[in-house]
Amino acid sequence: MKKLIVITLLLILGFYLMSTFISVPFGAERIAGVKDYYLKQSPETLKVSNVVTAIVVSFRGFDTLGEVTVLFLASTALGSILYRRRTHHSGLNPQREAVVSSTLVRTGAKVLFPMIILLGAYVFVHGHLTPGGGFQGGAIIATGFLLILISYRKFFINHNVLTWVEALAGTTFVLIGIGGFIFANQNNFLENFLPEGTLNNLISGGVVGIIYIAVGFKVGAEITGILDTLLTIKEAGLNPDEN
Amino acid sequence: MGIGSIIFLIGALIFILVAAIYAVIQKDLIHAVIATSLISLALSLVFYILQAPDVALTEAAIGIALSTIIFIITIRNTKRYESE
Repeated sequence: MKKLIVITLLLILGFYLMSTFISVPFGAERIAGVKDYYLKQSPETLKVSNVVTAIVVSFRGFDTLGEVTVLFLASTALGSILYRRRTHHSGLNPQREAVVSSTLVRTGAKVLFPMIILLGAYVFVHGHLTPGGGFQGGAIIATGFLLILISYRKFFINHNVLTWVEALAGTTFVLIGIGGFIFANQNNFLENFLPEGTLNNLISGGVVGIIYIAVGFKVGAEITGILDTLLTIKEAGLNPDEN
Repeated sequence: MGIGSIIFLIGALIFILVAAIYAVIQKDLIHAVIATSLISLALSLVFYILQAPDVALTEAAIGIALSTIIFIITIRNTKRYESE
């Protein structure tokens, strides 16, 4: 019965969404100048070959700062809610050590972990050249740490290190943004003030690459912290009435 | 876009619909979560076919791996089977 109501509500919502989108002519150009401006400016002036990165970090960089702040707030809120329940702040948890993963899982994790970290680092270092960037690379790095966390129970993540990495990365982002005020020609927030270099080179695009590396470290540290907090709660056995 | 891509796209969208309906009607919540992660898998392929590799990467990393594992941790801390 409950599901029937949910499905009916979803159908009504879908109907209204469809009727809105069907009134928009498919493929019509509604914001004419913006697309051409981005496609022209990002390789020529900014020397960034991935246009999506150019939009996310440079043209709409302030929005990205907002997204990073939202992620930081979510991670802080989770940590503050679950802080009291965590049984250990340093050292190992005996209950957590008691559960042993199989040899196959542990060996596979040992082989895969460096490759996953390398792939994540590649994705965010080459954010201005190939698809991907700080958010994607950070999420990939967090999945690597998740693999290690669920296969090696004795693996312990120091949350102080995570906090420092996060704080340094966030500060770098804001400082580069303020640097645009001081050093750039047009004196705007997040304006490029470094030499652009040549298109398609690894060191090109000015501040775009540096900002995306900072975002990658920040996202990776935050998601790893969230996952470790959640997993620690489970291992602590707070829910004795297991079903 | 070639005819093969269009056929693949239609197949992927039908798969997404079927998996979504399965996730709604399934009583075992672990199975439902696996079905939603399969939706993310098909969706990231759809994004790749539609020439949005950035979005496909995000969907693959967050939709398939991270959100699935967070749901599984939550289910292990609460109840596995849905009760009416």
